[in-house]
Amino acid sequence: MAEQMKAQVRPMTEIRNGKTVISTPVSAEDIAALHVGDVFYLDGDLVTGRDSVHGRVVYEEQTLPVDIKDKVIMHAGPIVNIINGDDPSPGYEMISVGPTTSMRMERFEYEFIEKTGVRIIIGKGGMKEKTAAACKAFGAIHCVLPAGNAVVGASCVEEITAVHWLDLGAPEAVWCCRVKEFGPLIVTIDQTGRNYFEEKRAEYERRKEEQVEEISRQVHFMK
Amino acid sequence: MAYNSNTRRMTDTMAAFIGYTAKHLPDDVIDALSRLRAEEDDPLAMEIYELMFRNLELAAEKDRPTCQDTGVLQFWIKCGSAFPLMADVESILTDAVLTATRKTPLRCNVVETFDEYNTGTNTGTGAPTFWWDIIPGWDGCEIYTYMAGGGCSLPGHAMVLMPGQGYEEAVRFVMDRMTSYGLNACPPLFVGVGIGTSVETAALNAKKALLRPVGSHNENKLAARMETLLEDGINAIGFGPQGMGGKYSVIGVNVENTARHPATLGVAVTVGCWSHRRGRIVFDRDLGWEVTTHTGFSYTSCGNEASGAADESAGAAND
Repeated sequence: MAEQMKAQVRPMTEIRNGKTVISTPVSAEDIAALHVGDVFYLDGDLVTGRDSVHGRVVYEEQTLPVDIKDKVIMHAGPIVNIINGDDPSPGYEMISVGPTTSMRMERFEYEFIEKTGVRIIIGKGGMKEKTAAACKAFGAIHCVLPAGNAVVGASCVEEITAVHWLDLGAPEAVWCCRVKEFGPLIVTIDQTGRNYFEEKRAEYERRKEEQVEEISRQVHFMK
Repeated sequence: MAYNSNTRRMTDTMAAFIGYTAKHLPDDVIDALSRLRAEEDDPLAMEIYELMFRNLELAAEKDRPTCQDTGVLQFWIKCGSAFPLMADVESILTDAVLTATRKTPLRCNVVETFDEYNTGTNTGTGAPTFWWDIIPGWDGCEIYTYMAGGGCSLPGHAMVLMPGQGYEEAVRFVMDRMTSYGLNACPPLFVGVGIGTSVETAALNAKKALLRPVGSHNENKLAARMETLLEDGINAIGFGPQGMGGKYSVIGVNVENTARHPATLGVAVTVGCWSHRRGRIVFDRDLGWEVTTHTGFSYTSCGNEASGAADESAGAAND
């Protein structure tokens, strides 16, 4: 009972050396204060999963071998060093890990969030309306770790605690990680349904049209 | 391939160089990123640039790949017809990929199509990729290495326009691809545009454009003008790093072209992410080498003197 009380009052969000640090597990309420553009760091449990993992869960209706309710999935296929590979229970060392293109998971993400109860999705670039709708409906957020920064990412992984579905190939497997101040993570879809990249895209489209018109006037090379 | 000291020496050098290109960006890309970073004034964009440069430093310090996606290896080989190891070049490069995969380590990225399994070696049917140019009479061999990552390969697109649509429509084709897909491909991007007859010629020209140095220009004045127009135009969209907004969008835009059929205008676009991992190494007939893209690369194979652009301060390239 005392333990339960303690768990309930444990702060999910703290300010550490000027950084906002969120610890897993997190409820929808814990992350409700995070809005698009906010920057935070993560302590706790994170699993990796991309196209094949989402396909298995959503299309093949397999149960993810690890419970990620109130936790974090990162769209990523890391480089992992297998230590003592011949050992019956080999250890793993995270070498490089950064996010992959989240848009590839858009087709799966609504059902994936609904089925798994995952709260925080980390990836690269934007996702669209299905994911935004799921974030609003089930209390989740999407955020980006600026991509290509895989050594910074790996240096925030304290331990790889398990790996599942290695039959999919190492990049596609579910790597279970314990992370410390993993980030910076920038919120791109929040629980109000705001979508940073879609808002930006409208701006970019407008400017692109202006530029296409401008350039087109200067490339009349055809005779 | 029969192993001898020469094939072994070229294989080891290439394995070391491939590993090095996974851990260090080319000089021209770093220079361009430094320039973009210095001119950026958006606070979030500045923070992201700071992270990118911290990552590059950490990758060098820990001797690890800067990005977890080390791509599928692609090689553009410009081989002299008198290069003594010409017949062995593909075997040498395949072996070098196998070695670099273990030693660097590189992520295993080769998935056999239809059977859909990862080979676990970064080699497979038609992988790594080889494109050849034969240079008559020359006795050297110039090799471009490229790590084709998933994120930066995804925006790739080619089509054949009708001549009446003109270069105007080619510009529209490239620009549309930037906002639909380029945005998610890790800007600031390096953009390669190819012009030719069919999708194949246009696409190969686009890849060739991507291998050319940042800031170089097409020899044709009109093509060079289109490079500048596209660079300024895409920059004006204001992707910033990671597409989250900022002053610039691209490291550069290169255009490569070949003559076309009178009834077609083939156009293709392919992009490199900010972590544009391409290298260039040139071997002479005695396997002395020169690297023009990475001044920090040095390598001494067993029992042989290293030659070329060695820089001792940068440390050994291989594990």
